[in-house]
Amino acid sequence: MPSYDVMPNMELYQPVQVEDALALADRFAERGWLVGGGQDTYGWLKDRAKSADALIDLSAIESLRGITETADGIEIGALTTLTEVSDSPVIRERFSVLSDAAGKVASPQIRNIGTLGGNVSQDVRCWYYRRGLSCYRAGGNLCYADTPEAMNREHAIFGASRCVAASPSDTAPALVALDATMVIRSSSGERTVSAEDYFIGPAVDILHTTVLRPGEILTGVRIPNTWANATFYFEKVADRNVWDFPLVNIAAAFRVNGGTIEDSRIVCGSVECTPHRATSVENAIRGQAKNASTAESVATLSTDGARALAHNGFKIPLMQNLVRRAIAA
Amino acid sequence: MTTHIGIDFTPPDVAGKVTGEIKYAEDYKAEGMVFARLLTSPLPSGRVTSIDTSEAVRMDGVVGVFTADDLPPVPPPGNPALASEYVTYVGQPILAVAAVSEEIAEEAISRVRIGFERRDFTTDPLNSLTPGGANAYPEGNVLVRTEEEGPEGTPIRGAEIRDIKWTQEAMDAFRSGREPVGAEFTTEWVFGDLDAGFADSAVVVEEPFVTIGYPHHSLESRTCMAYWENGRCYFHGSLQSQSAVNNGLARMLNIEPGNLVFINEATGGGFGSKIGPYPFMAITGNFSRMLNRPVQLRITREQEFYIGSARSGMQGWIKVGVKADGKVSAVDLVIVNDGGATGGGSGNSSAGHVSIVYQPESMRYRGISVYTNTTPRGAQRGPGQNEMASVLAPIMDKAARELGMDRVEFRRVNAVDSNGWYGNQSGPVTSAFMREAVDQGAELFGWNEKINQPRRNGSKIRGVGTGVGYHGAGSSGYDGLIRIGTDGRLYIHSGVGNLGTYSYAGTCRAAAEALQVPWENCEIVRARTDRHLPHSSGQGGSNTIFTHTRTNWVAAQDAITKLKEIAAAELGGDPSEFEIGDQRVFRSSDNSQGLTYAQAAQRAIEMGGKYSGMEYPEDLNPITERAVQGLQGSGLIGVSRDNLPHEGQAPGILVGFCEIELDTDTGKVEILDYAAVADCGTVVHPKNFDNSMRGGAVWGFGMSAYERHVYDPQNGLPANVGLYQSKPATYLDVPTLTKAGAVNIPDPQNPVGARGIGEPTQGAAAAALSSAIADALDGYLFNRTPVTADMIVNHVAGNNYNTTSLKTNTF
Repeated sequence: MPSYDVMPNMELYQPVQVEDALALADRFAERGWLVGGGQDTYGWLKDRAKSADALIDLSAIESLRGITETADGIEIGALTTLTEVSDSPVIRERFSVLSDAAGKVASPQIRNIGTLGGNVSQDVRCWYYRRGLSCYRAGGNLCYADTPEAMNREHAIFGASRCVAASPSDTAPALVALDATMVIRSSSGERTVSAEDYFIGPAVDILHTTVLRPGEILTGVRIPNTWANATFYFEKVADRNVWDFPLVNIAAAFRVNGGTIEDSRIVCGSVECTPHRATSVENAIRGQAKNASTAESVATLSTDGARALAHNGFKIPLMQNLVRRAIAA
Repeated sequence: MTTHIGIDFTPPDVAGKVTGEIKYAEDYKAEGMVFARLLTSPLPSGRVTSIDTSEAVRMDGVVGVFTADDLPPVPPPGNPALASEYVTYVGQPILAVAAVSEEIAEEAISRVRIGFERRDFTTDPLNSLTPGGANAYPEGNVLVRTEEEGPEGTPIRGAEIRDIKWTQEAMDAFRSGREPVGAEFTTEWVFGDLDAGFADSAVVVEEPFVTIGYPHHSLESRTCMAYWENGRCYFHGSLQSQSAVNNGLARMLNIEPGNLVFINEATGGGFGSKIGPYPFMAITGNFSRMLNRPVQLRITREQEFYIGSARSGMQGWIKVGVKADGKVSAVDLVIVNDGGATGGGSGNSSAGHVSIVYQPESMRYRGISVYTNTTPRGAQRGPGQNEMASVLAPIMDKAARELGMDRVEFRRVNAVDSNGWYGNQSGPVTSAFMREAVDQGAELFGWNEKINQPRRNGSKIRGVGTGVGYHGAGSSGYDGLIRIGTDGRLYIHSGVGNLGTYSYAGTCRAAAEALQVPWENCEIVRARTDRHLPHSSGQGGSNTIFTHTRTNWVAAQDAITKLKEIAAAELGGDPSEFEIGDQRVFRSSDNSQGLTYAQAAQRAIEMGGKYSGMEYPEDLNPITERAVQGLQGSGLIGVSRDNLPHEGQAPGILVGFCEIELDTDTGKVEILDYAAVADCGTVVHPKNFDNSMRGGAVWGFGMSAYERHVYDPQNGLPANVGLYQSKPATYLDVPTLTKAGAVNIPDPQNPVGARGIGEPTQGAAAAALSSAIADALDGYLFNRTPVTADMIVNHVAGNNYNTTSLKTNTF
């Protein structure tokens, strides 16, 4: 093996207008690499496990930064840092599940650099895949993680389809819980998709984790007021309290009236390649009291259909416990 | 009255570390320097069948290729700098390419074509010991020492590789948590009557256990830069030790030690992995000589994982017998070490830990260290002792519980004192006051209050634990060298390395104390061989404080003798009529008659002979002889070999106490409180002592609850080559405030009363935390280190996580 840990030769573009970035993204398509905070990017490139001809550095595009109020909620620029999301008064006041989630990402240093767009668009953390092995997700014809002897403690318990990598994002479950909309632009215009549809599993497309296609840029996230000031819950369980990806996390929004749950969105991360909505639980608790008794009665529902690998069976009781805590809180 | 010992001071390199001005090996550049990069093995085991570098060397900017053929052959079981025929772990260096830039060198490496022939491999020593199991080396699977083993971290001499397999019955028993009857071992000792010991026992506890290896992940990767001038090699490296490495490094470069200038101002962590020169240092120096250009070989973070070595993992079985009064009467211990690609394990040190901390009346140890196709293993902070402390604490807790005895009282009953002994009843201790440390620690922590507090709050359970860290902490027989300049200043020449513990500075305080020189008038001379540094111990084994307060003390005593002789010669009378004080030597009966140190130094130069280093004792090490020769005629030279009395093991003992809150829903453990009290003789530098307590504790918490060393048995690939994957504890995983204290009873065999304590700081915290985790779960034994959140969740959920099935990996 070479030593790596040095950047490969590649062209660098640093547009300051989103239109220029879109033109570059269109021009280079698969041969271009979009970079925001770079916290996912530089590992790939310096390890030489992935490569590109051109690096399109979006970080100088000011219009992609910041949090603005809209008629129906807020819009967050994709380059807004996780620290800014975590500290934003409007998000803390109305959508605290997102600020809580952003505040739990990685470490303070990484949150100061890492962006919301990057956090939701980052690639999976399967260590076999990131090592550069030729697995299904890397275009090969093998999964190294889904075998009886594999070291797969952090992998998925839902949605295996040739690949068992899990979504590593802390903010993605929060955005799904908030029913956010992802704003995607390309040189041919803008399209929007719900956060729930933004993330895709291996059964849909094993080479990508989002619907973003070459030439497209995630420019922002819109959060409607639908769930503003709801009863929120976010919890992340990781080995360490800082600089770690979740073993399991949970983001939940409850609309509660007189102690009764009228509606809810309960989403877990790191149990599937995409944020995983516990819809059966949401249905089961609708109209029920938001209390420990309800929580206890439905927690095991959340993991119906889960399939444990050799070393990640703990995620099943852990996810149940987090769902229970979210409802009982 | 002490003026320096037990008093805080600021070591001189602290400011440079805070400001970033201090230089590490990677910061040095030389004119014409080229950059070397390593090509390493992608396979865990195989044979190199061909190497084609033709395309690489044709690239513009490439200046050379360096392979095993350019170095003397290293027969097994040595750890060669570059693999020749066989590769035995992923990441093993095979060749180096030098170019005018790292990028070009990297590109050139990608154009080297290597042919491999795959071999079977193993990542688990038990698989290799099983009949039919793969051997990590063609020659076999077990390291057998044919002579005495050297000190930790030094090359193994008198060793061979043998092929040893256990019977299937023995292996099945061991994997099931029972004694592997009939199994073959390579180390075995016993003392006392084991059968009688167990027969006398009121309680017998029998458990299997597993501890994993841990990579060092030194923050400063082991980069080197070397260049040659007039036959001398100037070598910038990253080692824990300074003078102790000279001879070994010179041998690697095939030069006389006097032609080596080793420069190492600061070291960004070593923890045992940089005690002596590591094989890869041979590449930089010899490549530089081949190219006749300065060469820098920068080691990447991932390569630091591969070649930076790791702690040896253990799979073991222990049976402990305890009498009704709590006294441990018998211990039967079996350890299979995972020796990685270098084969060595620390099982004997693990057994030593058990023997000194619990002073059993009888004990048997049987051990074997097995090669695996994983990273090289080496000394890591308390090798053997600390992982044993971590996994042993809950097992001993179980014995205490079954006996109905308080766990702290159990430690107290078995505590080592100054009549104690170490290991295979191999020798006495210099002094020991563990019982006092237990009492002081229990008070500091509030043990009696904490064990009686409410335990459960919802899903959260309080647990308290205690544990003991131990390491042998002192050596002797090295040299001290000081110089009083004509400016009156005291120059303390130190061959002690700067591994970040500041013991190099603390030990120099003994010379200042003896000569009664204010610290501002002292200068520590260190960091470069050509600054004339004396022969010093390697900075490993927590020995430096004990060892080099002695050397600096004896050098100062030599200087005091010479000061008095010079004064007598100058002022008349007998040297015994003079004394020192206030940086003068003066007549006791009339202190107006005297010489300043500056004047005495001038007179020493004029008098020559032993006074100015023209003559020196015959028992000095050649390294010190060369250092004195370099200082001849420059002042009053104080130089001496440490011939002070020294009998027995100088123990460093730390008793730790930990309080946690364990969340049964998430498996998370929050450390609420930690207190530790040391028995390390006189504390030389209180602030540094506190820092050591904190730093060691953080790593100890990591050992018991966070860190990982994971290999995929399917392909021999490691999963934790980076820091974030290895998960050392961070500042948010540990308490902001911890408490530390010391018994502070002087050791009679050290002139300032000091013993070392560096390594036990990790072991005590690791043991106290694992004890607390078990306590929170009503004494449940995971019998493994670390215990991570997934294991706790599985246990609480009744997921039948199999703790009796020995596994080397954490998941």
